[in-house]
Amino acid sequence: MSSVRVKNIIKTYGEVKAVDNVSFEVQKGELFGLIGPDGAGKTSIFRILTTLLLADSGTATVDGYDVVKDYQAIRNRVGYMPGRFSLYQDLTVKENLTFFATVFGTSIEENYALIKDIYEQIRPFNNRRAGKLSGGMKQKLALCCALIHKPAILFLDEPTTGVDVVSRKEFWDMLNQLKKQGITIVVSTPYMDEAMLCDRIALIQNGSIMSINTPDHIVQSFPKPLFAAKADNIYRLLQDLRADTEVESCYAFGEYLHLTLRVKDGNEHTISAIAAKYNPGGFEVKRIAPAIEDCFIELMGNE
Amino acid sequence: MKQLLAFVRKEFYHVFRDRKTLLILFGMPVVQIILFGFALNSEVKNIGITILDNAHDVQSEQIIAKINSSPYFKVRQPALNYKDIEHRFKEGGIKCALLFPVNFGSALYKTGGAQVQIIADASDPNTATTLTNYLTAIIGNYQQELNPAAKPAYQIIPEVRMLYNEEQNGSLNFIPGVIALIFMIVSTALTSVAVVREKELGTMEILLVSPFRPIMVLIAKAVPYLVLSLINFIIILLLSVYLLDVQIKGSIILIFAESILFIITCLSLGLLISNITTSQQTAMLVSMMGMMLPTMLLTGFMFPLENMPKVFQIISYILPSKYYYSIIKSVMLKGLGFSYVWKETLVLAGMAAGLLTLALKNFKIRLS
Repeated sequence: MSSVRVKNIIKTYGEVKAVDNVSFEVQKGELFGLIGPDGAGKTSIFRILTTLLLADSGTATVDGYDVVKDYQAIRNRVGYMPGRFSLYQDLTVKENLTFFATVFGTSIEENYALIKDIYEQIRPFNNRRAGKLSGGMKQKLALCCALIHKPAILFLDEPTTGVDVVSRKEFWDMLNQLKKQGITIVVSTPYMDEAMLCDRIALIQNGSIMSINTPDHIVQSFPKPLFAAKADNIYRLLQDLRADTEVESCYAFGEYLHLTLRVKDGNEHTISAIAAKYNPGGFEVKRIAPAIEDCFIELMGNE
Repeated sequence: MKQLLAFVRKEFYHVFRDRKTLLILFGMPVVQIILFGFALNSEVKNIGITILDNAHDVQSEQIIAKINSSPYFKVRQPALNYKDIEHRFKEGGIKCALLFPVNFGSALYKTGGAQVQIIADASDPNTATTLTNYLTAIIGNYQQELNPAAKPAYQIIPEVRMLYNEEQNGSLNFIPGVIALIFMIVSTALTSVAVVREKELGTMEILLVSPFRPIMVLIAKAVPYLVLSLINFIIILLLSVYLLDVQIKGSIILIFAESILFIITCLSLGLLISNITTSQQTAMLVSMMGMMLPTMLLTGFMFPLENMPKVFQIISYILPSKYYYSIIKSVMLKGLGFSYVWKETLVLAGMAAGLLTLALKNFKIRLS
C-alpha cells in the first residue's frame, strides 16, 4: 500500500514553474529521498504534501487522504520538519518538546520509546534555550518534536543542511532506526552522498523528476564506463579534456576529474592516449564505479 | 483544553523572556500616565509672570501680592523696562506680563480710573485666554475690595460651577483617553506582532501541520494579552487614583466589564491585522499608524471632536476608542450607570464580534 501518492502535480509562482508535472509513490515503511540542488522544487513538493500549499493542478494523497479535501486528517497524522529551523528559540529544549507533545494531544512519556535514542543525546541540554543549541542539536530537537506524536509519515525537508558531517551521519542512523519502527519517511537533501542511504530516491531538477529508482539501480543504469583522471595541473587537464572531441563529459570531483567518452567501449588506455596529446605531468587514470552525483550530472546533460 | 493551556503558557514564556515586549507592556503605561499627568498638562498652575511696576505705590504692590498668592501665577523677577519684557518672553520663563503706568495709584484715586496692561503669550491661545481671564478676575476682585460699599444698583453675579471636575483637575479628562490609547498599543500592536512573529520565524508552518484549530491559535494568542492588559489597567487605575488624585465615581465592576469588552475589541483588531500582514514591521506599522494615531487625535481626549472638520468627525465614528472613551468618562468621572452607556456598549460589542469574525475568516490555513 502506498503511503504517499503524487500524480501530475504542477505548481507555479508567477512565471516560474517550481514543480513541473511530478508524479511518484512512496510505499509504506519506505525511506524515500528527494535528491536535488537548491531551487529544484523539493520544498514546494513537501509543502503540497503537508497541505501547506495548494497545487495548481494534479492530485496527491498522504496515508490515503487527499491533500486538499482531507487536509485536517493529514495534519493529524504526519510529522513535518521544515527546512528552516522552526522551533521556539526562546523556549528551552524541554519546553519546546512539551509544547509540541501537548499540541498534538500526547505527552513526552507516552511516546518516549520512539524518541528515546535521539532525545537522550540532547537531554543534558534540557534547560538550554533552543536558539542557543548547535546546528546538529537543533536538528535532533526538531526531529524529536516532529516525532513526538508518533506520526504515520515523517516529512523531513533538508534535515541535514548546515549540519556537520558527524551529526549528519548520526542523523541518518536515527532515520534508519525510525524506519524499523514502521514509520514512512520522506526526506529531501541536496547532498548526493546521502542518497545511497535511502531505499528509493527521486532525482529532481528544475521542478521535474529525472529518475526514480533505488540508488543501486540508478547507479547501475549509468550508461557508460566512468573514469577518474588526475594530473599535476588539474585545471589545465580539465580545460583540455573538455575541449577534446572524443570526450563526452568531464567534471571536477575533488582531486579527480570524472569523465566519459563518446565511444561505448573505451578503457584506461584510450583515456591515456587522449590525454597524451596534451602532455600532462603526473597523469593517472582509473576506471571507477559511478556515484549518484555522476548519475545526476549525466541525467542533467540529457534533459 | 489542555492544548490551549499549553499554548497560553507558551505565550507567557514569550512575553516574559522578551525584554522589549516587557518594556512596552509595563513601562509605557507608567511613562504615559506620568507624562500626561505632569508634563503635557493643559492646567494653569504656577505660570510665570513678570511685572513692570512703574508706579511702585501701595495699590500696585497690593495687586502684585494678590497675584503672587494665587495658585495660578508665580511672579518672577520684575522687568526693568518695556524692552526687557519682550526679552523675557523670548527666554521663555514667563507666559504673561503685567504693566503698571507711572501714576497708577494716584490716577485711580484722583480721576477714578486707572489702566494696566496685560500682555500674554498667545502662541498657545487657549492658555493665553485662560491667563488673561484669571488676571482680569484678580484685578476685578481687588477693585471690589477697594470700595465694597459702592456696588452698582443692579448686579448679576454668575456663580460658575465646574461639574464633575470641580478642581479642574486636567488628569480627569485624559486618563480615560490614555487608558484607551494604552489598550490600543498593548492589545492591538502586541497581539498583531505575536501572530506575525510565528509566521516570520516559520513556527506557523509547524503549527499549521498539527491538529491545532485556527480558532484555538487566535484564542491562545489573545488570552495572554487580555490578562496583561487587565494588569496594565489596574496599574493605570492605581496610578491615577494615588498619583493624579483622580476619583473613581462609578461602579468599578462596570468599568472593568467595559474595559474587558474594549480589550477584546482591540485584540480582535490585532488578530485581524496579524492575519493580513506578513512581517512584524508591517504589523507594527499598521497598528501604530493606523490605530494609535487616530486614537490619539480622533477620540476627543486631546482635541475636541466638535471643532474638527466633518470628515474627521465621521471617521471618529468607526474608532472603537471613541466609544470606550465616552463610556469610561461617563462611568468613571460622572458616576453614571449602565443605562447611560448601553448604546456605546452595544456598538463596541458589535465591533468586537465583527472584527473577530473577520480575523477568523482571514486566518490562513495554508501558507500564502
